[in-house]
Amino acid sequence: MAQATFRIWRTAPDGSGKFVDYKTEVSEGMVVLDAVHSVQANQAPDLACRWNCKAGKCGSCSAEINGNPKLMCMTRLNTLNLDEPVTVEPMRAFPSIKDLVTDVSVNFRIKPGIKKFAPRKPDAADGTWRMAQRDIDRVQEFRKCIECFLCQDVCHVVRDHKKHEDDGFIGPRFLVYAAALEMHPLDTEDRLKDLKDTHQIGYCNITKCCTAVCPEHIHITDNAIIPLKERVVSRFYDPFTRLLRVLKT
Amino acid sequence: MATANSFSYDVLVIGAGGAGLRAAIEAAGKGVSVGLICKSLLGKAHTVMAEGGMAAAMANVDDRDNWKVHFADTMRGGQYVNNWRMAELHAKEAPDRVRELEAWGAVFDRTPDGKILQRNFGGHRYPRLAHVGDRTGLELIRTLQDHTVYLGVKVHMEFTVIDLIVDNGRIAGALAYDRERGRFHVFSAKAVILATGGVGRAFRITSNSWEGTGDGHALAYRAGAQLIDMEFVQFHPTGMVWPPSVKGLLVTEGVRGEGGVLRNSEGRRFMFDDIPDNYKPQTASDPEEGWRYTQGDKSARRPPELLTRDHVARCINREVKAGRGTPHGGVYLDIAWIKEKLPNAAEHIKRKLPSMYHQFKELADLDITKEPMEIGPTTHYIMGGIRVNADSQESTIPGLFAAGECAAGINGANRLGGNSLSDLIVFGKRAGEYAAEFAKTHAAAAISDAAVNDGMKVALAPFDRSGAAENPYKVQSDLQDTMQDLVGIVRIEQEMQEALTRLAALNERASRAGVEGHREYHAGWHTCLDLRNLLAVSEAIARSAIERKESRGGHFRDDYPDKDPAFATFNVGTERASDGSMKVTRIPIPEMPAELKQVIEEQKQ
Repeated sequence: MAQATFRIWRTAPDGSGKFVDYKTEVSEGMVVLDAVHSVQANQAPDLACRWNCKAGKCGSCSAEINGNPKLMCMTRLNTLNLDEPVTVEPMRAFPSIKDLVTDVSVNFRIKPGIKKFAPRKPDAADGTWRMAQRDIDRVQEFRKCIECFLCQDVCHVVRDHKKHEDDGFIGPRFLVYAAALEMHPLDTEDRLKDLKDTHQIGYCNITKCCTAVCPEHIHITDNAIIPLKERVVSRFYDPFTRLLRVLKT
Repeated sequence: MATANSFSYDVLVIGAGGAGLRAAIEAAGKGVSVGLICKSLLGKAHTVMAEGGMAAAMANVDDRDNWKVHFADTMRGGQYVNNWRMAELHAKEAPDRVRELEAWGAVFDRTPDGKILQRNFGGHRYPRLAHVGDRTGLELIRTLQDHTVYLGVKVHMEFTVIDLIVDNGRIAGALAYDRERGRFHVFSAKAVILATGGVGRAFRITSNSWEGTGDGHALAYRAGAQLIDMEFVQFHPTGMVWPPSVKGLLVTEGVRGEGGVLRNSEGRRFMFDDIPDNYKPQTASDPEEGWRYTQGDKSARRPPELLTRDHVARCINREVKAGRGTPHGGVYLDIAWIKEKLPNAAEHIKRKLPSMYHQFKELADLDITKEPMEIGPTTHYIMGGIRVNADSQESTIPGLFAAGECAAGINGANRLGGNSLSDLIVFGKRAGEYAAEFAKTHAAAAISDAAVNDGMKVALAPFDRSGAAENPYKVQSDLQDTMQDLVGIVRIEQEMQEALTRLAALNERASRAGVEGHREYHAGWHTCLDLRNLLAVSEAIARSAIERKESRGGHFRDDYPDKDPAFATFNVGTERASDGSMKVTRIPIPEMPAELKQVIEEQKQ
């Protein structure tokens, strides 16, 4: 059976880290997570990694493979050059916990800061609503998100400029979350002022890196962020509507 | 001894899948303080993997549907050893629970007139499954998660419970560790809800995520609660068989609901060859009628591919054993053939089954719109679990509640697809409601230092055994082989006795499993602790399966291949005897009320 080398990021209790090479057997159909499990079972029982479903549905096993943010469970070895070591390292935008595991808790703190879903009154006497499929296609695209946080990892506003910690920038995942609420046919809440002032949508300069790494192929920039930016612009910056507002008051 | 942090709640929910989240929402709504423990990050629980939908007789697609039909379908599917009261409550309450999700932001697929769309599924007489493509579980968990985060429920992520703490026969709390630092935490609670899901990881080939290690089953068992129906394990007929790294990964029943057919290597639709008598009146007589059924023709009957999961799994097993299997030991599941019937079939398949399309494309290099899939049975679900009161979900230990897969009763000997997600929300809500009520009317019980210290000592023991210790991963792997080979889809007395012998040896090896290093996020250590739970549930499955000397639903015995009416009158129970051994009992099933009997009779035509 063929062998391949996996260069995996290992951390010490003092927080320092280095790459360690592990050789392991590889076979047809294997994904990177299989290789990591094999290393765990046979060579490094204390190797820390997150995973759950191993089917690309839960978004737990996010990592940087040869420098690319990916799900380990959906990265097949036959898409990688196995003649050279495959590097596997944690998402670098988040603080390290151990080995491949990072502290992603900031994401769980961001969400409750976005105003929650507030439906209109039910359409029918039995308390139900009517919605056309074509009116929810876009929202369903956003709701495919598995919260792997790869988009947050690759976003330079988060990764390099730390604007999520310093300035409250919510990042692509939560712009998608906000867009799903804003474009929900039943929702009555207004989040545009928050998006501009609190969630700092203006920091995004639409480099589309988030879209490129999304394992669910959500058009994050084109379908979520740009339409939100347009709504913010026409509400707060369009000179004509500004004039109208001034005249009204 | 290691010190422990402490937390105190009115209601502690263990598990944050669909049932746990729904329970937490309900309890929080009753004004009590709620703590929620999840083994992974919030929103990653196994519920995300549910695909096809949630069953609720809303009659949006077929107005002949109502709770009575759903009830009768569930009982028939469970071979009448279900807890009939749970089946009744489930059928009656599921529609409201689904509608409630819409009020919390869920976005289900729609009918042409804008209502929640419902699809066909095995064993359901009418199109009944509310769904979102083939990612319904994700929609469910995200909706509940996004609702919960605004409610002030305290979530403890990546915490694992080591043991429940009981005081004079009443629940008092739980001892847990966190993965990040490996520290211990004591939770004091007036009421505890277990919502820990299933046990699939006890088997080699499974659709379950790593978390399915039977924690709730084993925690309850060790605390003295009764388990029932543990012999009833569901082997889902369609799991991937190739490549090896994804063996067991689920292929949704929705593929068959959308017109997918099963064929053996000779190209024969073998499901037409073996249709059980009690399903004959509802099953299509030829492929054409079956196709019409999947396309919504109300006068047509369902194709035999949509018979119950236990039956389809056994038929597939039989074809493979008879040498009519595929190169990788499965049979063919073909959805690509519908191009003979539909224009734009490829687009239709991608829209109806997007996850399946990507799963095969990315993991097996196979385009399901062009080629048939290779599939075979995979361990999917356990019908058995903690014995609960149907209305309140309270276990045999006062103050300890259970909901979802770790609780038992609603499904009997076999679960219908789609009944799991609706089970989570119907009984999750009930567990939350009654646990909150319990917490309001009872003071907290005492947490004894001795219990905490014992639990911590057991948990740390693997670190004292470094050197010549057993590798925990190896023990787990051998356990999975034992259960897969000896207590799997076809069972026989001699093999199950052999399994008990091997389980005893594995128990002994597990008690010598050890690890080195630090407690921070130590996967090997976590595996050592999971082993205790896996071994306990495996023994309960084997002993219960030996006790039921007949074949019924998910439990098939080669030495007793027929159903025996004498075994229809009781559930098999397992509990811990005072000497620590496992006691097997027969628990009589209460007489069904006349009105429910009548419903079943009416629905037999």
